[in-house]
Amino acid sequence: MSPNVVEASGLGKRYGSTWALRECTVAIPEGHVAALVGPNGAGKTTLLNIAAGLVAPSAGEVTVLGGRPAGSPAALDGIAFVAQDTPMYKNLSARDMLHLTRNLNRRFDQPYAEARLGELGIPLKRKAGKLSGGQQAQLALTLALARRPRLLVLDEPMAMLDPIARHDFMASVMTAMAADGVSVVLSSHVLAELERVADYLILMSRGCVQLAGEVDDLLAAHRMLTGPAAEADRYAGRLSVVHTSRGEAQAHLLIRASADDPVPPGWEAHTVGLEELALVYLREPAPAVLPGPARARGQNNQQTEVTK
Amino acid sequence: MTALTVSAGREEDASLRPLPWQRMAWVTWRQHRTPLVSVAVFLGALAVGIWVAGRTTHHVYAAAVAACESRNSLACPGMANTLLGTYGFLSNGFILQGVPVLIGAFAGAPVLARELETGTFRYAWTQGFGRWRWTLAKLVPLAVMLAAAAGVFSLVLDWYYQPYVAEGSQALGLTAYTPFFPGLFDLRGIGFAAWTLVAFAIGALAGMLIRRVVPAIVATLVAYAALAFAVGSWLRPAYMAPVVTSNLNVPGSAWVMSQWWTKGGRFTFAGSPPQNLLNKYCPNGPAGPVGPGGMPKTTGLAECLTPHGYTQWTSYQPASRFWAFQWIEGGWLLVLSALLIAATIWLVRRRAA
Repeated sequence: MSPNVVEASGLGKRYGSTWALRECTVAIPEGHVAALVGPNGAGKTTLLNIAAGLVAPSAGEVTVLGGRPAGSPAALDGIAFVAQDTPMYKNLSARDMLHLTRNLNRRFDQPYAEARLGELGIPLKRKAGKLSGGQQAQLALTLALARRPRLLVLDEPMAMLDPIARHDFMASVMTAMAADGVSVVLSSHVLAELERVADYLILMSRGCVQLAGEVDDLLAAHRMLTGPAAEADRYAGRLSVVHTSRGEAQAHLLIRASADDPVPPGWEAHTVGLEELALVYLREPAPAVLPGPARARGQNNQQTEVTK
Repeated sequence: MTALTVSAGREEDASLRPLPWQRMAWVTWRQHRTPLVSVAVFLGALAVGIWVAGRTTHHVYAAAVAACESRNSLACPGMANTLLGTYGFLSNGFILQGVPVLIGAFAGAPVLARELETGTFRYAWTQGFGRWRWTLAKLVPLAVMLAAAAGVFSLVLDWYYQPYVAEGSQALGLTAYTPFFPGLFDLRGIGFAAWTLVAFAIGALAGMLIRRVVPAIVATLVAYAALAFAVGSWLRPAYMAPVVTSNLNVPGSAWVMSQWWTKGGRFTFAGSPPQNLLNKYCPNGPAGPVGPGGMPKTTGLAECLTPHGYTQWTSYQPASRFWAFQWIEGGWLLVLSALLIAATIWLVRRRAA
């Protein structure tokens, strides 16, 4: 099994009296673009901040890059983190930001960074505060990639970008991924964008990981059954039903099942897409049945339990 | 995509040494050169102004000493007022009391508060250098540079206030200031640099705690004022046990803490005598010379009370202890600053949010 770029067990983070993360157990294997999806307040940013070493957990443990404690010098060295809204020193020029980042890190690929900013048409002399939102995001990404990290952590990288900038940004991430084999963990609201880039999905809700796994596995493990509404309740107990939606005549059941599993007579089975799957889980914060792909390596199944 | 060699990465970790400190030199300079240059310009301009004023003050002082040393000079009595009136707003030093805290708050509070306020700490603290080392590599050089600039600047103040605190000036009646005078003590010697240092350290910690620049500056001003007031009122007098004497000729340069009277070894009164005692022994009021500022010298009171068995006691800090007091105050302020900076770094290291 390949090592995990992020591995957390029993992770909890409390702000005052509210838990942003609770009993969170997750393992993100190396070599993926892993997307963290969930509603606001699900704990995505908190989880990423902890993995980046910015925030210390209140409970539990996190290791990154195959066993390095999050926030340790070895972890900081291998992770490049682009925080939400890509904070940058507004009064420093792009060139100064490069110089700054080079000074603060063991590795920094200056020619790569300069060439990339040149391709993007970002003048080195311009102050970071005077760049457009898309350019700022690209500058932040350039700084991160020039560090030659093994893991790139992006928190809501596309939130501030228009569709073109969003597309360019993700294209840059994918190029880096293909060229350097860097693993990527990103959080986003934009489900449609993720469908193209992510090959690993982590669904979060209420401070817990609800579902995690390779996108292909997750899609293969779910079926949408369509059949007579009157019969829906009959199967609810017998099948691993994640979500039921009823029309007047027909009901749609999202179930956990593989292609080989038998389909009840009179029902039709369809495969589901990533966006569809994610939306169902996001609407259904605590599905009763969750065996399967969410299990972290060697860990228990606690992440499936939503505690009030 | 999964071609990363993790085993090699692990071996690399074992020899992962921290990045060298000098990497931060450019970072600190680039990000804080504006406040540093501003402080240098501000202190430079102030020094020039004080130097220009000081030339006049020293000139007046030389004339006053010349007038008062010749006993027959009629010009002497007015000279004390002339000296006090020359750049009178500077003479008691109070107007310069705010300089250390302005420097400290302006340069110290934003170091962390601005990072936290604008969110750039999420960039800075996730770089390979490591956040507590980053903090240390910013705060310590800034503190040293500011304290050094303040120390150099205070040489001008040392020179400017020489006439007011010179040993002979009190004897000639030209000034009532002792070297311990609250407005002057911390402008001279190492006091000015030490107070600037502690103001910077308070500012840095306030910035870390409050996480917003302007409130952190305000908090720094308030905390500094409270500290300076407490030190001047209660702490500084207690650095060394005062000298207690029944000698009536306490030198004018001494910092008198208290005076009290005894009779037959028993305490009778402190401060001004009860009216019935005055009526009984000094019906014409205490006679004798009047010191600068129109305060009656207690020798007059002693003249009428001493023959009746009263003894006047004075506790005071002699002017010769000035440097001892400077080192004591400078020393503990240095320790306090180091503790505040250490606390700030500790907070950065364990900051949860």
